[in-house]
Order: sequence, then structure tokens, then C-alpha cells
Amino acid sequence: MKSRAWMKPYICGGLAGLLLVASVAIAGQFFGTSTTFPRMVTWLTDSVGIDLSHLAFFQASGGSLTGAAFPDWQLLFVIGIALGAFLSSIATKTFQLEPLPPMWAKRFGNRLGLRIVHSVIGGILVMVGARMAGGCPSGHGVSGVSQLGVSSFLALVMFFLGGIFMARFLYGGRSS
Amino acid sequence: MTTLVYGLITGILFGALLQQAEVLRYEKQVGAMRLMDMTIVKFMLTTIVVGSIGIFLLKDLGLVSFDPRPLSLGLQIIGGLLFGLGWALIGYCPGTSLGALAEGRYHVIWPILGMLIGGLVFAFLYPMIQEHIRPMGNYGPISVADMLGINHWFVILALAVGAGFLFRFFEKHNL
Repeated sequence: MKSRAWMKPYICGGLAGLLLVASVAIAGQFFGTSTTFPRMVTWLTDSVGIDLSHLAFFQASGGSLTGAAFPDWQLLFVIGIALGAFLSSIATKTFQLEPLPPMWAKRFGNRLGLRIVHSVIGGILVMVGARMAGGCPSGHGVSGVSQLGVSSFLALVMFFLGGIFMARFLYGGRSS
Repeated sequence: MTTLVYGLITGILFGALLQQAEVLRYEKQVGAMRLMDMTIVKFMLTTIVVGSIGIFLLKDLGLVSFDPRPLSLGLQIIGGLLFGLGWALIGYCPGTSLGALAEGRYHVIWPILGMLIGGLVFAFLYPMIQEHIRPMGNYGPISVADMLGINHWFVILALAVGAGFLFRFFEKHNL
């Protein structure tokens, strides 16, 4: 089995492709996750009594971009990803508590504060970018490219261009 | 209700596959952007090739219908680049972040917090983006097959062959 470890990403990827086809055939749903984040945060602000309903965003697409859409297929899909990953990591004993990503800590040291700065700035860029582009690596990358959308090919290339540029900036060349 | 159950089951299976392929890890995501470890690219491209064959079969059989996401050069180029810059900073995409949390990498709470704040920032920027960025090169829901004026199966074939060559390259160079 060990000698076939290299096949794992292909086998899992192929099964994920079949899962996408089954999901489209049975439930009529393509994979996507990023819209759940603005929905979740607007649901949270609403829950604590912050009224943002004057924003045009709340009326866009019949309100479906906000927490008003909950509970929907995508929310359960996202919860399911966490559940599936948890069960799978327990079953294969790969569950591991980690205070910082090892690669990051090797480059930047055990600096939680800096990690939080990277995370918040990066998280904002990721979500504004994903929602602007109209999807993330699951929505545009997997679902959109499978539909052969020009928009999705373009978005996926831009995701990697931006990523390679920033990774080079953070880590320098390949050798480091 | 049925839709929600389908969502949950699909998510559980997808999450288990992501975890098994190890693509939930910061090291695999940033590793791809550092051009050191192409695990996530292998996973994604295989999913895309299998997925596209399946969904276009369903479409040709008349069982489902779909249109690609609308093309706006402004939105996809600017949004895509912003996403990429942030992606390398946090080392996770929206879907994998929740899965990473579930396999114990609890430092991902900070990126998740950042993405939630980003969702709110987007809500405020939304009118500006719609007005100024969406109209840049807006072509609607156009597919690669439409653009080239060829049958979609030729595009899928080219995609599969291209992926095959990439995979061979990755395996040869231990990426």
C-alpha cells in the first residue's frame, strides 16, 4: 500500500469528481463554499442586533447572499466537510492538534501575533476576492472549470498567480 | 429538508476525501504555491476531469442543465488576484479551512475569523464592485467551447490530455 501512496491524491480526486456528478444528478447542486462566509457573518451581526439591512448587499439576489438564506444546501455541505474531515482524521489517526502551521513557524518563528496579522489580512483578501470573482477553488475551481466556464478558468489561473506571487514574497525562492 | 440532508451527506464524503488526500494542510496548499508539492493540483485536476465528463454526459442526455458562471474580466482578474494573495497568506481556501479545523489544526481559527471579516467587508464594497468592476469586459455565461466554437467534448479531451501531461511531469520531478 505504501508504494502506492503517490496515487492517493488522484484516487481521492477522482472519487470527488464522481461525488460532484452524483450531487448534480441527485440534488442539482454544484460544490461551492465561499458564499457561506458572508451569509454566516451577516447572520451573526443580525443575531447580536446590528442592523445592516440598509446595505444594498442585503437586497442583492433576493437576499440570498445573506444569513436570510440559512439553512441551505451549502451551509450543510460546509458543516459536512468538517464532520467528514474529523471522522476521517480520527479513523486514520491523523488528527493532530497544531498551534501554528509547521512550515509557517519554520519561516516566521513561534509568533502567534504575526500569524494572526497574516490570517486576518489574508482572510479578508481571500473572501473579498472570492466573492468578487464569483467563487473559490471549489466553486470556480472544481465546479466552474468542470462546466468549462471561461470565467472559472480565468479565476483559477488568477488564484494561482496571486498565490505564487505572495508565496514567493513570503518564502523567497524554492531553495529556502 | 431533503436538500439539506443531501448537502450534509455530500459534505461528509467530500470532507473525508479532502482529508485522506491531505489537501487540508497548510503545507500542501502553500507547498503548491511555492511550486514544491503539487498534491492539491493533482486532486483538483482529477476532480475536474472526472467531474466534467460526468456532468456533460448528464447534460447531453438531457438530465441536467447548467450555464457557466458569468465572465467579467474585471471581477475575475482583480478578484482572483486578491484571492490568490490572501490564499498564500493564510494557507487555506474557504472550503478547506473548516476541514483543517476538524482535523485539529486549530490555528486555522484566525484565517476563518479573517474570512468572516472579509465577508462583511465585501458586503460594504458590494455596490462599488457592481458599479465599477463588473462592467469591465462583461461577456456573460460563456464556456470555452462557445468561445472557440467547438464541441465541448474536444475541450474536455484537451483538458484530460493536458492534465495527464502535467501529472507525468509532477511524478517525474517528485512534485
